[in-house]
Amino acid sequence: MKRATARRPKSAVRKGPKKRAAKGRRAAPKANELKPPQTPEALVAASAQALGFHIDPLWTDRIAFNLRLILNHAALIDEFPLPDNSEPAPVFRA
Amino acid sequence: MLDSVDDLPWSTVSDLTAAVGDGRLSASSVVEQTIARIRQYDPLLNSFTDVLERRALRRAQSIDHARERGAKPGPLAGVPFAVKNLFDIAGLPTRAGSKINRDAPAAARDAALIERLEGAGAILVGALNMGEYAYDFTGENIHDGPSHNPHDLARMTGGSSGGSGAAVAGGLVPLALGSDTNGSIRVPASLCGIFGLKPTYGRLSRARTFPFVASLDHLGPFARGARDLALAYDAMQGRDPDDPASADRAAEPVVSLLERGAEGLRVAVAGGYFKCRTAEAVYAVDRVAAALGANRDIEIPEAARARSAAFIITASEGASLHLDRLRSGARDFDPAVRDRLFAGAMIPASLVVKAQKFRRWYRDEILKLFTEVDAILAPATPCSAPLIGQETFAFGDAELPVRANLGLYTQPISFVGLPVVAVPVPHAPLPIAVQIIAAPWREDVALRLAHALQTKGVVAATRPTISGEMSGE
Repeated sequence: MKRATARRPKSAVRKGPKKRAAKGRRAAPKANELKPPQTPEALVAASAQALGFHIDPLWTDRIAFNLRLILNHAALIDEFPLPDNSEPAPVFRA
Repeated sequence: MLDSVDDLPWSTVSDLTAAVGDGRLSASSVVEQTIARIRQYDPLLNSFTDVLERRALRRAQSIDHARERGAKPGPLAGVPFAVKNLFDIAGLPTRAGSKINRDAPAAARDAALIERLEGAGAILVGALNMGEYAYDFTGENIHDGPSHNPHDLARMTGGSSGGSGAAVAGGLVPLALGSDTNGSIRVPASLCGIFGLKPTYGRLSRARTFPFVASLDHLGPFARGARDLALAYDAMQGRDPDDPASADRAAEPVVSLLERGAEGLRVAVAGGYFKCRTAEAVYAVDRVAAALGANRDIEIPEAARARSAAFIITASEGASLHLDRLRSGARDFDPAVRDRLFAGAMIPASLVVKAQKFRRWYRDEILKLFTEVDAILAPATPCSAPLIGQETFAFGDAELPVRANLGLYTQPISFVGLPVVAVPVPHAPLPIAVQIIAAPWREDVALRLAHALQTKGVVAATRPTISGEMSGE
């Protein structure tokens, strides 16, 4: 069955930055944007020290890989404009 | 009509309770047959980690004695069920799929939902395999081995409630409970071809279960039919002060509403981010949409970003939960879980708070959509069950990692706690499910649509032939 695409409701009008994330391609970050490090091993080492982790050197590559993945996701959130008075939802109520 | 224990493995909850209620079957015979079937087939499925034969038989005998004395049987009288092993079961350590927790003290009391199901007459028969600490979409477990998909033993069940999916799809129990933080009920329901309900966040009590991500964790049932889901759901509803997230809402029973069907409900299909890219997902969504007359698409705004925010919150809250264990027993984790938890502990807090702020914005946008529609359809998984150990799958022109992406379509929905019923669409060679997504607190809408689709024969939990089992048994 062919479905019609409804006109985007006002409620669904994008309020964030245009298209970039939706297309899965990120332009080069601006000076004031989050720049996930391509080699976060230094961040892994510093965080491990701060948090009291004893990390086997054999694990570092996988941890760095996962941290880079998370920070790439975080960049999508960081670039999204939110008003100063927006409230977080740590205990979500539907 | 259920007249013999031989018909048990594929019977519905309704048939079973009717047979036990009027004395055609004893609860004891149901439990004996269930345990025998678990002993016969679970070596193939690896879905159970604990079988509670003595406890279940004692409980069954008390139900039989009560009936003989003329007591009215409960709405789930004699229904055997099992729970993901992150539910507390009195007398057992709550292992939550881990090696580490096996040294924890035994639970003193059953989880709240076990108590509620047993209060309605159901009988707990065991605990089920799961991905370690629920940080998993595959159903694989390095300590207990993978659960196996009853439709093809070489394939994944999906996770993290993998044992729950396998046990229900394989006819070992008609009802199981699981948890869903980012998709852990809906993914195994899809890959195993059964029905799963993830209720609204705060609807069902999580008291006395091992958490993963407190602000995203939900519990819910698996079954082989929509009515069975509704029967279990109705028995479990109600405020529970022992769960801080439990909403202050009275129970809103749905079983009596099911026959209203799809009449008057406005249904749309999620477009954009949710556009299917595998043949089986396209087939499933189109078939369900056609049956419900859903002839328009609707865009869920910023769904990709919502998934990213869920990813960050999950990693951060999950890591926070396990900080001490990461310090003292890192070598006892599944390495795939451990390395993600370590990374999650290292996320700057400012980014986590921003993800929580985005979550509220996204919630407000989603709620606006439900002024235009009553339900939204979306695929439950991007593909049908991959092989156990398979690392990537084809997704359009791309190859995506299995472990991170089986929840591609589920994460942006649970992120804001919406109720969803995953309905299985029969498809050769393997089933796949569609999510029926409703507004908060409208589980009745999703269950009505699921029941209507099942009545039309569009969705069904097809009966697998488990290797070694005679077809038609």
